[in-house]
Amino acid sequence: MFDSPILKTIFGRLTFESFPVHEPILLGTFIVVVLLGAGIVAAVTRYRLWGWLWSEWFTSVDHKKIGIMYIMLGIVMLLRGFADALMMRAQQAMAFGANEGYLPAHHYDQVFSAHGTIMIFFVAIPLVVGLINYVMPLQIGARDVAFPFLNNLSFWLTAAGAGLVMVSLFVGEFSRGGWLNYVPVTNLQNSPDTGPDYYLWALQIAGVGTTLSAINMVTTIIKMRAPGMTMMKMPVFCWTALCSNVLAIAIFPVLTGAFALLMLDRYIGTDFFTNDLGGNPMMYWNLVWIWGHPEVYVLVLPVFGIYSEVTSTFCGKRLFGYSSMVYATVVITILSYLVWLHHFFTMGSGASVNSFFGIATMVISIPTGAKIFNWLFTMYRGEIRFELPMRWVVAFMLTFVVGGMTGVLLAVPPADFVLHNSLFLVAHFHNVIIGGVVFGLFAGIDYWWPKAFGFKLDPFWGKLHFWGWVIGYWVAWTPIYIVGLMGTTRRVRHFDDPSLQIWFVIAAIGAVIILFGILAFVIQIAVSIINREKLRDTTGDPWNGRTLEWSTSSPPPAYNFAFTPVVHDLDAWYDMKSRGHARPDGGFRPIHMPRNTGAGVILSGIAAVLGFAMVWYIWWLAALSFVALVAVAIGHTFNYNRDYFIPSDEVARCEREHALLAGAA
Amino acid sequence: MREHLFLARPQRLGRAALAGLPLLLAGCQRAVLNPAGDVALQQRDVIYISTALMLLIIVPVMALTVVFAWRYRRGNKEATYDPDFDHSTALELVIWSAPLLIIISLGALTWWSTHLLDPFRPLNRISASQPADPKVKPLRIQVVSLDWKWLFIYPELGVATVNEVALPVNQPVRFDLTSTNMMNTFYAPTLAGMIYTMPGMQSTLHAVLNRPGTFDGFSANYSGAGFSDMHFRLQGLDRAGFDSWVAAARASGRTLDTAGFIALEKPSERVPVIHFGAVEPSLFRRVVERCVEPGKPCMSEIMRHDSHAGGAPFDNRVGAGMPAGRQSVPPHGNKPEGALMKDNDEKGSAPNVTKPRGSEPPGSTQPASPKNRDMSQTTLPPVPGVSGTAAA
Repeated sequence: MFDSPILKTIFGRLTFESFPVHEPILLGTFIVVVLLGAGIVAAVTRYRLWGWLWSEWFTSVDHKKIGIMYIMLGIVMLLRGFADALMMRAQQAMAFGANEGYLPAHHYDQVFSAHGTIMIFFVAIPLVVGLINYVMPLQIGARDVAFPFLNNLSFWLTAAGAGLVMVSLFVGEFSRGGWLNYVPVTNLQNSPDTGPDYYLWALQIAGVGTTLSAINMVTTIIKMRAPGMTMMKMPVFCWTALCSNVLAIAIFPVLTGAFALLMLDRYIGTDFFTNDLGGNPMMYWNLVWIWGHPEVYVLVLPVFGIYSEVTSTFCGKRLFGYSSMVYATVVITILSYLVWLHHFFTMGSGASVNSFFGIATMVISIPTGAKIFNWLFTMYRGEIRFELPMRWVVAFMLTFVVGGMTGVLLAVPPADFVLHNSLFLVAHFHNVIIGGVVFGLFAGIDYWWPKAFGFKLDPFWGKLHFWGWVIGYWVAWTPIYIVGLMGTTRRVRHFDDPSLQIWFVIAAIGAVIILFGILAFVIQIAVSIINREKLRDTTGDPWNGRTLEWSTSSPPPAYNFAFTPVVHDLDAWYDMKSRGHARPDGGFRPIHMPRNTGAGVILSGIAAVLGFAMVWYIWWLAALSFVALVAVAIGHTFNYNRDYFIPSDEVARCEREHALLAGAA
Repeated sequence: MREHLFLARPQRLGRAALAGLPLLLAGCQRAVLNPAGDVALQQRDVIYISTALMLLIIVPVMALTVVFAWRYRRGNKEATYDPDFDHSTALELVIWSAPLLIIISLGALTWWSTHLLDPFRPLNRISASQPADPKVKPLRIQVVSLDWKWLFIYPELGVATVNEVALPVNQPVRFDLTSTNMMNTFYAPTLAGMIYTMPGMQSTLHAVLNRPGTFDGFSANYSGAGFSDMHFRLQGLDRAGFDSWVAAARASGRTLDTAGFIALEKPSERVPVIHFGAVEPSLFRRVVERCVEPGKPCMSEIMRHDSHAGGAPFDNRVGAGMPAGRQSVPPHGNKPEGALMKDNDEKGSAPNVTKPRGSEPPGSTQPASPKNRDMSQTTLPPVPGVSGTAAA
């Protein structure tokens, strides 16, 4: 029945077979997701929150709300990505000898591809971008980012990409080509299914969002700093955000280009990356890794900034070696372009090429090492308060240096020849991503949560969250380092050697400990919301902070600053406090602000439909949505109702309220 | 590995110990850290030396982190508190130069060892105590990674094997490697480092095995559904053992010719060891040049054609030989049809498949079916005497 031409024209290659009704794991997940979704929709309808969600959040161009939405997206996708991780750990812990495990290759290969894709593109990037979005404009004394509507659009494009990846779970299949969708596995001949198409369209849509967001952030930092804030008086977090986003602007077009070429291969039959007809799969590897290695620094640099802010605040000290920190960041930014080939030393590029890229990689460890020392000497002669964020810093320093060491080891080509593609490599990058990026993101969330919501996070559950992750990390990944040194390679679904099993069982236990950490995190948020009155901070400055974001109320008013602050010193707020800063109580002026718009949501929704139609070969819908996309984009340029003024008495009311509360505290 | 010297105070440096633990624990038996081949042994030594060099700085950093975190905690009233201490030129010099010095040493080691252990470079020693004899030519083995098994061709001996490679001990070997479809990594941890096998390209690896025995080898680069079980057996044999192994292979009576190769090339997994007593001589070159199938032009022929056809044969100007679009010869290989060119009846259905589609392997019923290239699914040809060819 589905072979009839009219149905093929209407539905493309979508048929009843495309739904995983025969697959118990997916069916169960699907039912849970549907029930949860229905519950949320019902609750929102019941409490009449749709209007509020739409006008206050979805259409908001306020960088703070967009930042929070990014972080929520990241946390939701973290749960999905972590579920994939648990599935892999379970499979590898049981699939030895005669036991095939519970995942067939076809399913397992999707799981590891989805895990990597989701964790990098839809967890790490949204969390990092979200924190930058929230904090950076406050730190530089700005009222919003340079292009507020673009910011909203960037978020929704990222969310649309995440949505397509989630849809692939229940309609059709996801890619089995690894987290970078490697050819030749994903050539049209080798993977004619929907998986690589889902991957490509989801990442192209999200990638446009990330690129636009990077342009937005760089412009904001360059153009919108408060008077007096020279580049060398800018908080380190802003410096790292700047470098990270400069990197992103340079590299994301390469990724988009590589994906576009692969799309041409798959959709119109070109031969860029095919085996025959002059195509060359290795070109794809080069292109994606020219993006891929700098991407590591796109993620980790802002997180280094978070560690710097947290260390300085909780040691009650100026950051040691601010300028060397800045230079280190810039040096890392530049060097990170010069190292991509170390991801395939084993391709046989020749000794001189390999040595060059190996040594260039090692050189990055010098500025990184300098950063570690700078945090160390910030602690030296400090007065360290081990609140939640500071705990993450210490755990990071002890964990990350090991990952750094194994990374430099992998940069030595002869060592890489035996460790490349082994589980040692997998352990290394989880070591730096969990021990570096994830710990830092949690430090950032614990640190800035009271700024965003006006109350601190519950410390008891926070400690459980912390220990779950730290202990879980070490229990889960130490055995993976060990089996890697034994010569076990990655992405393997089934093992023959029973002596390895014990290590995978330990690793699975570690993953369960991390699961407790994640659950504690979710409970921590819930408990903190319930106990918010007890955890309330009325001062706006609960940690005795040093940078400008702590000078506002918590949460900050829509306009951030009633008067643009004037900066005289690096730790601007600390400097203001020590010179006896008095809150202004009069002379308020109306504040010019951007108006909310639904165009970002609509454009991203159409983009998601376009992606879905292309994945399923529904050409009429693809054409229609493409036309709609262009039309709405052009239509939006005729929207002249894009700004408004907050009246001065409204500003005065907000400021007095905050002054009263802060005075009472 | 003398790293325990750096870990003199384990109670303080629990995490440092944890970091060193893998090396300490695994150091005893397994392939990477106790290899049977001289190249892998030197690579292991590079790992040890680099790790020791880095621990020179990692261990003090970890120790200082713990010491500072404890000493400068808020509750400790004895520690100095100096909120304005944010610069010290002397300290800055130390924190930039200490890593720099380590990286200079490590960089020198890298440059030297990368050139010495370059897989393209013929060996200059059999083992630490025995230099290579320049008059002895290395044994040549041609390696082809198929979906999902390994083919080894001994061109000088005229034999070939699937999923088993035998090496005479203490004889330098030169592997030439390529692939038919997927990218794989040739990896025998006990022998030498990995090297990619790539379609249409040839890579090279020089190695030597110093100890007799049976070892594991596999693909280290994910290459689709049958990847997990893409193993081969590495046999280290003494001279007499190797000669009788070759004789046994010759006695198998099987011949690997074009038709046999095309049949072998079809996707299959967990293929048992097969020996061929004779091999078509040009087979490996034709695999590299992607012209095993009869009638398919080789890459070198296409290049020659491109440089000559349509123009004067000796005209060296760029593009002189390129024929105008419509007059060019049919292209090399099967042109894939892009999705946008598909008619409705070619769109097919994109099912969500997690179970095998049927008991019949498409390769056996429809040799030309494009489904044979669908790497998403393996349906396995039954192999007599081998259990566990369950569906993937």
